Amino acid sequence: MIALNGLVTPILALTLAPLLMGVINRVKALVAGRTGPPLLQMYYDLWRLLHKGAVYSETTTWLFRAGPIVSLSTLIVACMLMPMSDSPALFSFSGDMVVFVSLLALGRFAIVLAALDTGSAFEGMGAAREVFFASLAEPAVLLGMAAIAKATVANQTMLLSLSSMNTRVSLELWSNQGVILVFVASALIVVFLAENSRIPVDDPTTHLELTMIHEVIILDHSGPDLAFVLYAACLKLWLLALLIVELVIPDTGNLLLDLAADVGTLFVLAAVVGLVESAMARLRMPKVPQLLVGATTLTVLALVLELRN
Amino acid sequence: MALTFDLLLIICMLLNLILLGSSRLTAVIRIASLHGMMISVLPLLLPDHPFDFRLLAIGIITLGVKGFVFPSLLTRSLRAANVRREIEPVLGYAVSVGAGVVAIAASFYFATRLETPIHETSKLVLPVSLSTIFAGLFLIIARRQALMQVVGYLLMENGIFVFGIALAHDEPFLVEMGILLDVVVAVFVMGIALFHISHEFDHIDVAQLSQLRD
Repeated sequence: MIALNGLVTPILALTLAPLLMGVINRVKALVAGRTGPPLLQMYYDLWRLLHKGAVYSETTTWLFRAGPIVSLSTLIVACMLMPMSDSPALFSFSGDMVVFVSLLALGRFAIVLAALDTGSAFEGMGAAREVFFASLAEPAVLLGMAAIAKATVANQTMLLSLSSMNTRVSLELWSNQGVILVFVASALIVVFLAENSRIPVDDPTTHLELTMIHEVIILDHSGPDLAFVLYAACLKLWLLALLIVELVIPDTGNLLLDLAADVGTLFVLAAVVGLVESAMARLRMPKVPQLLVGATTLTVLALVLELRN
Repeated sequence: MALTFDLLLIICMLLNLILLGSSRLTAVIRIASLHGMMISVLPLLLPDHPFDFRLLAIGIITLGVKGFVFPSLLTRSLRAANVRREIEPVLGYAVSVGAGVVAIAASFYFATRLETPIHETSKLVLPVSLSTIFAGLFLIIARRQALMQVVGYLLMENGIFVFGIALAHDEPFLVEMGILLDVVVAVFVMGIALFHISHEFDHIDVAQLSQLRD
């Protein structure tokens, strides 16, 4: 099903996503008592990088050049599968949540291949970590969506799509099955932090190779390629935050109010990320799987509780 | 009322998983006492049941014993034993949490197959009690530190208590109190045993107790 008012999500995501990064950095700076970079710093960075030339290592092949492009394009397609407040997604069909998750996985796969293609030992290590943590985070997303799908659209004659799940999250659902929504939301927040390589899992500001995960696999990218990778990271941040907002925040039916509430919640989430990063240190590497398994556990619990009904 | 009741049961289930996944002994004792406090409130919140002094007495005594007496006893023997954490469990923490989740799923299944002679107070009572008993048993089997095993034993008793809540209409006060007395005596004896083991051997690792020596 193609819905033209679904253009809202892609347009907002493509324009506002880098701002989310700016909010995180600004919150971190304010907590630390600094002024911090301007809110629009990410836009300036992208603009600057796009006007630079790219340097390619002689050992790399076309895989390295394809990585950023594939990664960015999968995320742009994923934007089109995502509903926002009252407007459905541009494309919605039965089972589109699985496509959504696999698009994110495809983007990651491309970036990881590019990292391995450089032949650098550090990038290989980062790639291994990235894939390992992602493989632990993915079940949490899928099971969480399954729990919410069961709570919202099961036994209905509606399509089992992200859009129909979104429209059926209501205040009534919160009062009946609030526990399940809380479980899924907290698991998704953990996944949100892990997938975007934010602090309890990965430190986005560190440049010490031994502790890096995401930052290390993009070390060899430069110029427009790096701009693509950074822009894709912004989009991913926006989309996973939007996933939490859409599955959890009920809609009132008032178009503008809902849109404002959703965008507001996105920025609140970004501020929360900034506060988390200011308040806690990165977890030790062996602790990270425990955190992600814990998130998966919560979603399994939500699904079991939901299946009982 | 019914909502708070279910919420408490779900929190108990989460606490089980946290217990299965934590290694610090002080944290484990604290969580176990919280677990005890949660379940001791349950008899007062029974849906569609009139307020009753028998249930109030059960609740208050359980709260006192499980929330305050046991933790202080265990903390004391912990201080005597001078250990901080379980270092090498028989089964790792991630595996334990996974087993806990499987147990929860299985208990929901068993609870549907189990035919109880009484009407159910809440759909969650039986699954939560079964999974708590399982978590307790698992702690006893999969941990080496004697103190963890005591906590596992307590957790198992909590599960039995929750099972008793399903029978709260018919269960006599005396039976409930008898069970509680048994548990108090057991924990007391275990505390003394723990103290003597750590005094004799400088550790409370039960895996090493099977070796004979002078």
